Amino acid sequence: MTGNAAMPEGPVPARPFAIEARGLVKRFDGFTAVDGVDLSVPEGAVYGILGPNGAGKTTTLRMLLGIIDPDEGYRRILGAERPHDVAHAIGYLPEERGLYPAMKATEAIAFVGALRGLPLKEGRRRAHELLEQHGLGYAANRQIRQLSKGMAQQVQILGTLVHKPRLVVFDEPFSGLDALNQGKLERMMRGLAEQGTTVIFSTHVISHAERLCDDVAIIAGGKVPFAGPVDVARDRIPAQVRLETHSGDGPWRAALPADARRDGKTDGGAFWYFPLPETGIEPLLRALIEGEAGILSLSIERAGLHDAFVAIAGEAAARALEEENPEEMGR
Amino acid sequence: MNTAGQTGAQTGRLSVLAAAWVVARRDFVAILFSRSFFFFLLGPLFPVIVAVLAGSVGSHVDQMAAQPAVGIVMTSADADAVVQARDSLSERLGTGLPGVVVLKRLEPGEVYDPAQAFAGRQANIAAILSGTPQAPVLTGPKGQIEGWSGGIAMIAAQAVAGPLAPWPDVALRTTATSNANDRAGRLRTAQTAQMLLFLLTMMLAGMVLSNLVEEKGNKIIEVLAAAIPMEAVFLGKLFAMLAVSLVGIAVWGGIGITLYLAAGSAVPHLPVPAVGWPLLIALGVIYFAMAYLLLGSVFLSIGSMATTVREVQTLSMPVTMLQLMIFFLASYAMTQPGTGIELFSVFFPFSSPFAMLARAAQDPALWPHAAAVLGQGVCVLLLVRVGAGIFRKRVMKSGQAGAKRKSHRARVQRHAPDVSGVAAQNV
Repeated sequence: MTGNAAMPEGPVPARPFAIEARGLVKRFDGFTAVDGVDLSVPEGAVYGILGPNGAGKTTTLRMLLGIIDPDEGYRRILGAERPHDVAHAIGYLPEERGLYPAMKATEAIAFVGALRGLPLKEGRRRAHELLEQHGLGYAANRQIRQLSKGMAQQVQILGTLVHKPRLVVFDEPFSGLDALNQGKLERMMRGLAEQGTTVIFSTHVISHAERLCDDVAIIAGGKVPFAGPVDVARDRIPAQVRLETHSGDGPWRAALPADARRDGKTDGGAFWYFPLPETGIEPLLRALIEGEAGILSLSIERAGLHDAFVAIAGEAAARALEEENPEEMGR
Repeated sequence: MNTAGQTGAQTGRLSVLAAAWVVARRDFVAILFSRSFFFFLLGPLFPVIVAVLAGSVGSHVDQMAAQPAVGIVMTSADADAVVQARDSLSERLGTGLPGVVVLKRLEPGEVYDPAQAFAGRQANIAAILSGTPQAPVLTGPKGQIEGWSGGIAMIAAQAVAGPLAPWPDVALRTTATSNANDRAGRLRTAQTAQMLLFLLTMMLAGMVLSNLVEEKGNKIIEVLAAAIPMEAVFLGKLFAMLAVSLVGIAVWGGIGITLYLAAGSAVPHLPVPAVGWPLLIALGVIYFAMAYLLLGSVFLSIGSMATTVREVQTLSMPVTMLQLMIFFLASYAMTQPGTGIELFSVFFPFSSPFAMLARAAQDPALWPHAAAVLGQGVCVLLLVRVGAGIFRKRVMKSGQAGAKRKSHRARVQRHAPDVSGVAAQNV
């Protein structure tokens, strides 16, 4: 690793970090796939890396795991600067799933454990246990090629856990699984975190991250425009107000924000949609009541992570394009 | 869900060698119990079958084809004298003399153009002898008549001289061998050893390459690369295939020894190599291992760069050709001991195992072998490192990485998420 970026000194975090990365850069044939990624993943967290396809998620994870070395930047995984030094404490499910087709399920799990330093005999014993626990005991002696794609994926997921890692990295773990197994995997990830295992996963399906994660990092164009708690990400987008009035028009309309949008009708009344004003809802309510708008209903909806993701990643995309080609963007 | 539990229990960081052992053990078992190993064992049978068939067909063709002979166009007396002289000499000299057939007995004073004798004659007449025994004339294609001119002159001289003079009996005292025999025999042993080494190496290096490509096809390579250093993956694969090949050699050797013992005296005597048979066999195994490891590590590096079988074939072809040239170099160098070319083939890593094995057959000194094995081992380690480096640098790119985005549209697609329906979601 080319560690030319030193870790910044600062206050000791309340929870130690399982992963710390600063300024990670990776170029392929002159193309910058990852451009200065910073990440801090606390131990025991479920951490999501979100990003559109080709944003640099997999490359970032590969750098964190030592599969490839960054061209610039610094990483520390479970306190080690060389990820292979702590490989025995890490489990990894790559985006491109793969197992030896002729291997039996038990052997496949034990083999992945053996790669992480777990003795083969113990690996076989745990593999049997895991398969039984997850309702796959009947497939223990079946070859991988005899399993369905989803089942083979579940076997591989169990392989990432057989050596009881402290950090588990899943790259797009939900793709290829049906809805039932996706739910099962979500429960498994929560269970891991409850036992103190750090779980980090990449996805472009935001709903999983919203349900599972304490913190997320959004990657777009090889950069991280946002990293932090899910709530903070959601607060980047103003909450949306949905107002239903009896009256369709009147002097009270001046109190509505300029970007309020009217939609639908109810016997002369109307629905109005607009972002929550910075001044809050109370002054607006007062003006509406005084103006006799006839409020039938009013709700404030907090932005979802999906909206936050789209907004943040979209902004980042626009910025990156402007940096790459200011003239073109200027037009 | 109670899956991970007490984290990191009973595991520890694997050293490169321990990690290589995990990979090697898996590969060894997987290959040994696969169909491809069965075909690998049958592999040497095919060249033997082809050689036997080719030899048998060749022999049949030889038998079918009549031997070329010299047609005689002379007066009756001269023709008879020549035939008698040829038969008498042939009894004593063996098969070195050309056969003779009387084509035309000329009347005294008759003029005849020997070239006419070819027309309408049997196909096995390759030259015409005319004139007289005192002044013989041989007519025919240049290469043919030049080769026969000495023998024909001897026959003609004997025809003029009449009956053969009595020849003294030569007393024969046999020895086991001679210096010339020893040298030639050891050269043959060296050639055979080199050929075996070359064939085995090529076969195995190809197999290790297929193994890696298959691994990439199975997409398990990333699981390996995340858990252990790529050097360990490469070393594991190389040594697994080496172990498989040693099993193969043991099987072939066992069959060979059984056949040798069964055939008894029917098997031709093999010349004893300079270092003796036990050492030559031991060195043969060592040099085979080194030649395979050297070539295998190059092929692994190629495999790490390629993503498809077609790419592998394209990339490995020049290396195979190069290896063939190196084999020819080592074969040639073997006949030039002490020359610069021999020294080059000894020091050049890829030809060194071949050249050194040939040396073992011809030269009893042992210390050069220790030095050579050491040097070759260092080269193997270097190549494994380079191959692993190439792998990490070139292969683990995801998605479209490596392809430069040229169009504005492509850049937009990369940076931005799908924003369709954003407005609807925001209200």
